[in-house]
Amino acid sequence: MKQEFTVTVYTENQIGLLNRIAIMFSRRKINIESLNTSPSEIEGIHRFTIVINELEEVVKKLARQIEKQVEVLKAYYNTNDEIVWQELALYKVPTDEIAEKVKVERLLREYGARAVVIRKDYTVFETTGQREEINKLIAVLEPYGLIEFVRSARVAIIKASSGFHSKLKEFEKREPGEEVIENEYLGQGDQVFTM
Amino acid sequence: MSTIEKAPAKGKTKEKPAVKNISGSVAVLEAFLEEGVSTIFGYPGGAIMPIYDALYDYQEKLRHILVRHEQGGIHAAQGYARSSGDVGVVFATSGPGATNLVTGLADAMIDSTPLVCITGQVFAHLLGTDAFQETDVINITTPVTKWNYQVTDATEIPSVLAKAFYIARSGRPGPVLIDITKNAQLQKFDYEGYTKCDHVRSYRPKPIVRKEYIAEAAKLINEAEKPFVIFGQGVILGKAEQEFIKFIEKAGIPTAWTIMGLSAIPSDHPLNVGMLGMHGNYGPNVLTNECDVLIAIGMRFDDRVTGRLDKYAKQAKVIHLDIDPAEVDKNVKSTVPVWGDCKETLPLLTAQIEQKVYPQWLQKFKDMMKEEEDSCITPELNPTSDQLTMGEVIKNLNELTGGDAIIVTDVGQHQMVACRYAKFTQSKSNVTSGGLGTMGFALPAAIGAKMGAPERTTVAIIGDGGFQMTLQELGTIMQSEIDVKILILNNQFLGMVRQWQQLFHDKRYSFVDIASPDFVQVAKGYNIPGQSVSKRADLKKALTEMLNTKGAYLLEVMVGKENNVFPMVPQGCSVAEIRLK
Repeated sequence: MKQEFTVTVYTENQIGLLNRIAIMFSRRKINIESLNTSPSEIEGIHRFTIVINELEEVVKKLARQIEKQVEVLKAYYNTNDEIVWQELALYKVPTDEIAEKVKVERLLREYGARAVVIRKDYTVFETTGQREEINKLIAVLEPYGLIEFVRSARVAIIKASSGFHSKLKEFEKREPGEEVIENEYLGQGDQVFTM
Repeated sequence: MSTIEKAPAKGKTKEKPAVKNISGSVAVLEAFLEEGVSTIFGYPGGAIMPIYDALYDYQEKLRHILVRHEQGGIHAAQGYARSSGDVGVVFATSGPGATNLVTGLADAMIDSTPLVCITGQVFAHLLGTDAFQETDVINITTPVTKWNYQVTDATEIPSVLAKAFYIARSGRPGPVLIDITKNAQLQKFDYEGYTKCDHVRSYRPKPIVRKEYIAEAAKLINEAEKPFVIFGQGVILGKAEQEFIKFIEKAGIPTAWTIMGLSAIPSDHPLNVGMLGMHGNYGPNVLTNECDVLIAIGMRFDDRVTGRLDKYAKQAKVIHLDIDPAEVDKNVKSTVPVWGDCKETLPLLTAQIEQKVYPQWLQKFKDMMKEEEDSCITPELNPTSDQLTMGEVIKNLNELTGGDAIIVTDVGQHQMVACRYAKFTQSKSNVTSGGLGTMGFALPAAIGAKMGAPERTTVAIIGDGGFQMTLQELGTIMQSEIDVKILILNNQFLGMVRQWQQLFHDKRYSFVDIASPDFVQVAKGYNIPGQSVSKRADLKKALTEMLNTKGAYLLEVMVGKENNVFPMVPQGCSVAEIRLK
């Protein structure tokens, strides 16, 4: 069954790499639901966070193909319960509407939103959270004349990860250490050695 | 005991190479020399003129072959890489020059051929302005290159080229494209010498070998009753032919090949049971679905090899040896994945297996070969009708070359027939477009293959359709005096498509009836001697003349118009459903 996967890719910071990674998805007709690129815990190493809806089998193969790219260090894929993730959203609403109704303020507090800009004509609220919470707030604000809405790409932290510092050291060695080539079969014996 | 203190040697400190002020263009050529390049295939144009200007002074050290079309240039470089085992090098200009490389890049990518392509690009300040002959080469070629990079500053050239050659030839080889803007080609900089690249932080050419898998694989092989080895080009690319032969001989296992693996072991090797796949041999296909352990080495389970995947070798435990971790489990789930370079993994595996023979199992392959001989091979090689067959041409060629020639094939019926029947005595002798199936590949690839192994006879076997796709390269053969034997098997049809139309489309021959010029006259126009034969009595004499003529020669053989290639695994069928007619 298709489900949401978050693919985390550690890469060199190189022009053209975004395209090289994006076409790996489009070639297989996989829609990218959300894509974020940012620095990682290590200076000079970039981190892509890509959300797709796919079968695990497909994502597993895709991750290996991504990892094969020269400037990619490592690609991980995780289900939603294996990560901590957040998205950020901005909402623009007319200030007079909001000011009149104290109820709205209470609502906003409930959803953990805060005002980023307050002007005479409009106010911009910001909230971070998961998609459901963010979407709920849209529904709440809509009656008050939601002018604009935007949501960022997902950023995610892998729960089980101990970061990339030690991995990078392995990569920097001339010969790859055991750490680098992760092997799902290792030590699983007969469970895996079946068709 | 006293020791004599050694005084530091005076005046013996290693001299730093004198810093030279050179242009980016010269740096490109210096890099080539450092990487051992001797031959370049290329075509000049506006945006690569500074490099060609520098090349003018390097003609003694670097041989440049002026091709007639950039596609011809890149296929020639592929042929060179395949016959020499080294990196093929190409020059092309920006815009149309670069886009003409795309087919060759895709071909080299899917067939893992090491190439370094240099394309000129407009001045850096013109990038993105739709300048004359500007095209976004980096983005166009991204999906068909192992790596690509645009250089806009000459100081980067030595390190980028070092990286390019390292990436092209290491691990699973592939094509690399370096796009160099004209300003970088012209720019002078202080050249501090060339350092070869042997490490890129984010790039793992090969995975580490897991000893526990070797042990697991050896255990499966030792316990097997009907083991079967199938191999691909990985054996050739890994230069592991000897290690491979040692392995199969100790294991005593029947061995079949993909067309990319062809020639890695001699055709007459007693364990060689033939060709896999759609037009492969009967036994290897059927018995794939009967073996108990399938050992796949340096091959990627292409759909033309596996037929219907959900009915492929389901009864077998699969051991897959491959250098590319992404290939393992991509198409066929392996029981034991042996990641690594087969040059390293095969000896480890050989050491742990028992010396064995499987006479009954091997006999099964032989029995099925007998069946195939009666229904397919004998009629093809010793036909009773007056019409010549492609197979008998290849048979006669084998007798004359003794299997020592490099055979370069195009794509289609003649390719399948040549792969089925050509005999080989040494590796790197079968050059064909396997993965991409590029018609027009053979003629230019043969030019490169001959240059990559100048001492060897090189025969390009081409259909009447494919020859017309790149016949402009006859001009290259003429000008550079390349000794290529061109053997056109003319059935006056786009034969493979016609065969499918006959078998699966109710004989509705839709646009496969292709007219050809007088090929002998065309060759004559290029000063290449030749002749056309259509009678059996003339065949051997004509082939002999072709092989004995000094320099290039074109022989056209008129073969039966509606002959089919059999056996055949129809699309969507399992390998066990292979048809003999």
